[in-house]
Amino acid sequence: MKSPKFDYVRAGSVADAMTAYAEADGDAVFVSGGHSVVPSLALRLQAPALMIDLSAIEALSGIDLRDGWLRIGAMTRHAQAMTDPLIATHAPLFAAAAPFVAHPAIRNRGTLGGSLAHADPASEFPAAALAMRAELEIASAQGIRRVPADDFFVDIYETAIEPGEVLQAIHVPCAVAGQMVAFDEIARRRGDYAMVGAAVQAVSAGEGLQDVSIAMFSVGNRPVRAASAQVALTGRALDAPAIAAAQAALADDLDPPDDPQFPASMRLHLARVLLGRVLAKLETAA
Amino acid sequence: MTAGNEHIGQAHRRGNALRHLAGRGRFVTDLALPRMLHAAFVRSPMARGRIAELDVSDAAAAPGVVRVFTAETLNKTCAPWTGTLEHFAGMKSAPQNILAEGAVLWAGHPVTMILAHSRAEAEDACELVLLDIEEEEAVVDGDAALLDGAAPASEGIDSNLCFRTVLETPGLDDAFASAAHVVEESFTFGRHTAVTLEPRAVIADFDPSTGQLTVHQGTQTPYQFQDVYARHFGLPESKVRVIAPDVGGSFGMKLHVYNEEMATVAASLTLGRPVRFVADRLESFVSDIHARDHRVTARMAVDAAGTILAMDVDDMTQIGAFSTYPRTSVAEGNQVIRLMGAPYRMPDYRGRLSVVFQNKVQTSQYRAVGHPIACAVTEALVDRAAEQLDLDPFEIRARNLVADDAYPHVSATGYQFEKLSHQTSLAKLRQLMDYDTLRSEQAELRRQGIYRGIGIAPFVEITNPGAAFYGVGGARISAQDGAVVRLTPGGDVQCAISVTEQGQGTETIIAQIVADQLGVTPDQVKVTTGDTDTTPSGGATWACRGAGIGGETALRAGRRLQAQILAIAGAVLQADPATLALAGGAVIDSGTGRERITLAEIGRIATYRPDTLPEGCDNSLSAVQHFAPTGYPFDFTNGIQASHVEVDIETGVTRLLKHWVVEDCGRIINPLLVDEQIRGGVVQGLGPAFFEECLYDDMGQMTNASLADYLVPMAGEMPDIEIAHVETPTLDTILGAKGVGEAGTAAAGAAAMNAVNDALRPLGARISQTPMTPLRILTALGHV
Ligand SMILES: Cc1cc2nc3c(=O)[nH]c(=O)nc-3n(C[C@H](O)[C@H](O)[C@H](O)COP(=O)(O)OP(=O)(O)OC[C@H]3O[C@@H](n4cnc5c(N)ncnc54)[C@H](O)[C@@H]3O)c2cc1C
Repeated sequence: MKSPKFDYVRAGSVADAMTAYAEADGDAVFVSGGHSVVPSLALRLQAPALMIDLSAIEALSGIDLRDGWLRIGAMTRHAQAMTDPLIATHAPLFAAAAPFVAHPAIRNRGTLGGSLAHADPASEFPAAALAMRAELEIASAQGIRRVPADDFFVDIYETAIEPGEVLQAIHVPCAVAGQMVAFDEIARRRGDYAMVGAAVQAVSAGEGLQDVSIAMFSVGNRPVRAASAQVALTGRALDAPAIAAAQAALADDLDPPDDPQFPASMRLHLARVLLGRVLAKLETAA
Repeated sequence: MTAGNEHIGQAHRRGNALRHLAGRGRFVTDLALPRMLHAAFVRSPMARGRIAELDVSDAAAAPGVVRVFTAETLNKTCAPWTGTLEHFAGMKSAPQNILAEGAVLWAGHPVTMILAHSRAEAEDACELVLLDIEEEEAVVDGDAALLDGAAPASEGIDSNLCFRTVLETPGLDDAFASAAHVVEESFTFGRHTAVTLEPRAVIADFDPSTGQLTVHQGTQTPYQFQDVYARHFGLPESKVRVIAPDVGGSFGMKLHVYNEEMATVAASLTLGRPVRFVADRLESFVSDIHARDHRVTARMAVDAAGTILAMDVDDMTQIGAFSTYPRTSVAEGNQVIRLMGAPYRMPDYRGRLSVVFQNKVQTSQYRAVGHPIACAVTEALVDRAAEQLDLDPFEIRARNLVADDAYPHVSATGYQFEKLSHQTSLAKLRQLMDYDTLRSEQAELRRQGIYRGIGIAPFVEITNPGAAFYGVGGARISAQDGAVVRLTPGGDVQCAISVTEQGQGTETIIAQIVADQLGVTPDQVKVTTGDTDTTPSGGATWACRGAGIGGETALRAGRRLQAQILAIAGAVLQADPATLALAGGAVIDSGTGRERITLAEIGRIATYRPDTLPEGCDNSLSAVQHFAPTGYPFDFTNGIQASHVEVDIETGVTRLLKHWVVEDCGRIINPLLVDEQIRGGVVQGLGPAFFEECLYDDMGQMTNASLADYLVPMAGEMPDIEIAHVETPTLDTILGAKGVGEAGTAAAGAAAMNAVNDALRPLGARISQTPMTPLRILTALGHV
């Protein structure tokens, strides 16, 4: 399919981008890597009059440490998440998730900001952001605000970003001593969106696990924090009974959709299996 | 005087592959003609309904739009087509025409054609067409479609049974009554589709000043389309030229008649200007033929020693609202019931086939027509019988495969085999895969909770088809091929031949064969294919004929020219032609090997100085040869495949560890291309075994009609494929080559299904439905 006609502007700054959006009366779409937007235009799922390209905006790129947080510019490409040393140290779940996202050609263009803004519930990076307790920096006409990941993902393809606002950066708290992470997913083919995925972060502190953070994805309408499973693990040694308790607790955390091709019971089963495997990896990574 | 065989049997690379790598491919979409219009179609969003209102006035007035056609304005230019053949006695199908008239019969059925200056403008205008359809209940399920009182899937048919046939040997009931064991199973084989790299593409270009229609079409059968367009649009055959330039894969999919191609031709004839249609991926899914879609119940009788006595099979296959034209949608099921048990001595058989209409995309012939179904059913039952008798899968097959010295042999279903090598292949496979080591490794890993499985599947493949396939049923489908081979005045060789190239290397092997007849190198032979004006008429590509029939045609044409060249050389040299031969680009003395005169010199004399030839010496440097297979109705090939898998019993995900193929396609012309045919074929067998499926909801909507949701097999999931050969040439031809294009597809899925079930066996679970998805495996394991 061919997309309907649209105009194109390349914004020089976030302010320019927001002005262009306002001047188009909202009949516009931002584009970063374009690997979600462009297919949806070609499929005629949307037909905006104007495409506003964010890729040349300097304020959206760059990766640096600020006040105990790692600030990752929204335009950071998926491929950079696999190679950047700061991301490897302080946002290791982005690095761990990236190889599961599509294929090299797509990772070269797709951006972390675009992936989070798009908020596909089967996507890897949103879950990684949730598990790392990231905060999202959003620019609007009123100024800049930071939204915790727990409040950012609202529904399928829906986030705390209001129409016309720009996601500028992702802030991830710097790594602490004893921090462990693990990431995995079950997919039909390598590079596919996951059938079920899990991103886990925790701190091993002497007598037991602390700060346990578990984000499951492809289990609902957004990445889901497995709060009961976190409780089941907190303060405990990472042993088989603890893992089993966390797996059992998932039934309270997840309410997966039901589909003849993918029954809810199968998703829950896979989520339990995967969580067990990911936690086992966490153990060996420690 | 026969020439040497320097190039036949050698691993020559495909010349056209280099051209494609260099970005010099010329596909239909690379062609831009002056005044060309672009087509887009408004399609039925529903599987079954009546058009209550169709208003195209806004679309007709949209920017860039030149013309809008509906059934009322377009169908009258075309004689309707009906997908039946006489040798399928009693089969029926309603006549079809280009655009839906009143009734829409599948989701995707084209209703309106819009022609604009660009495809984008045509698509914009599609959104302006007002189409109101009163939805009717769709016929979705094949079993329900056959119940009394079920509404027919199309108009003008009295029931949804397109065709039924039963084959039965007299001893069947006795065989089952006397059997020590009877194993039985029901199978479901999903629908899938071709997903060629290049989608369907056509440019029709009618020139009213000459009455000439030229159709550039990505197809494997240009001559068939020349005939179809001439007859259905009332044009003289000589005024229809079909050109198939580079074609990016076809696999049977591009040899059927589609509404959109007919519309494109009709529109060009009406408007007198070029019209182009290129299917996008979304419309490919709802208009390219789908494949398979069978439900099979089968049982097998064996005696106490594990001898297979009989099979009893019932196949119900679902084909869409119409049988395809001109080859029908019955050939697939017909081959399913005739190929059952084909590698085995099995004396008795009953096969019942029901071909059923429903409101979905048409299904029809796709690579390895019927073979994967027959092979999977047969081999699953053989494994079950082995299990009952506590026999190793190799052992039960060794006891039942037709012995290599027992030919000619006729199967219980009437297929005649000239000479096959099942037992040699079986032994070779066992060695190739190091079977005994794999089995002990399997046992060891099971103790660690790792479930690996090994599956094997012998097969036969139908190749080199003669007229028995379609011609006898009244289809105007060529059962022969033709070639013109000529020596240029400069001493090079050109061969124009009717077999066609879709990436499999046809042109390369034809050059090798011709080169050997004329004592030149393959790169001195320029091969032309795919143009009905410049090549002789023939079958082109279908059912594995390029090497076996096309190759034989080229060989005989080459020999004819060789004789002509030697006659001229004899006259020039005043030598007996019988003492001369061709080698190294020259005429040589066959006794001493000494060069006598170059081909370039022969070309020069015959072309520029024919006056120097003796009186009565024919100076022709072109030879024409047509060839139709005689002898056996088909040349069967055989082989055996093995699959090694690991099933993650917690997630239902299967990892394909390795695949092996031992194959006997007779004389091998180019081992490189043969192996790649097998590998590609295996992947097209594994795809539908694990990933590919056209899913429909109960309203008849395809629910995964995009490449985001329809899973094609990718390199990352495919195993390494190791190949070995046995060579049993056919004696029906000089060349001795049989086909190989469908061998990989024929048995890959069967081997894989046996491997998965081997892995699941200790858990008491079985799967008999493809694709073998995680959901189905988890269901079999009781996790869902
Ligand atoms: C073949 C293929 C396979 C894929 N497989 C996967 C996969 O396995 N897993 C996965 O997670 N993804 C996958 N993707 C999606 C890919 O990762 C996308 O590129 C990514 O999700 C979106 O990033 P982008 O930079 O391309 O965003 P774009 O397509 O440019 O934008 C996506 C959305 O976000 C909005 N947006 C973008 N940037 C901003 C911003 N800074 N502020 C506000 N709004 C913004 C856009 O307006 C749009 O709505 C796949 C894509 C393809 C084509």
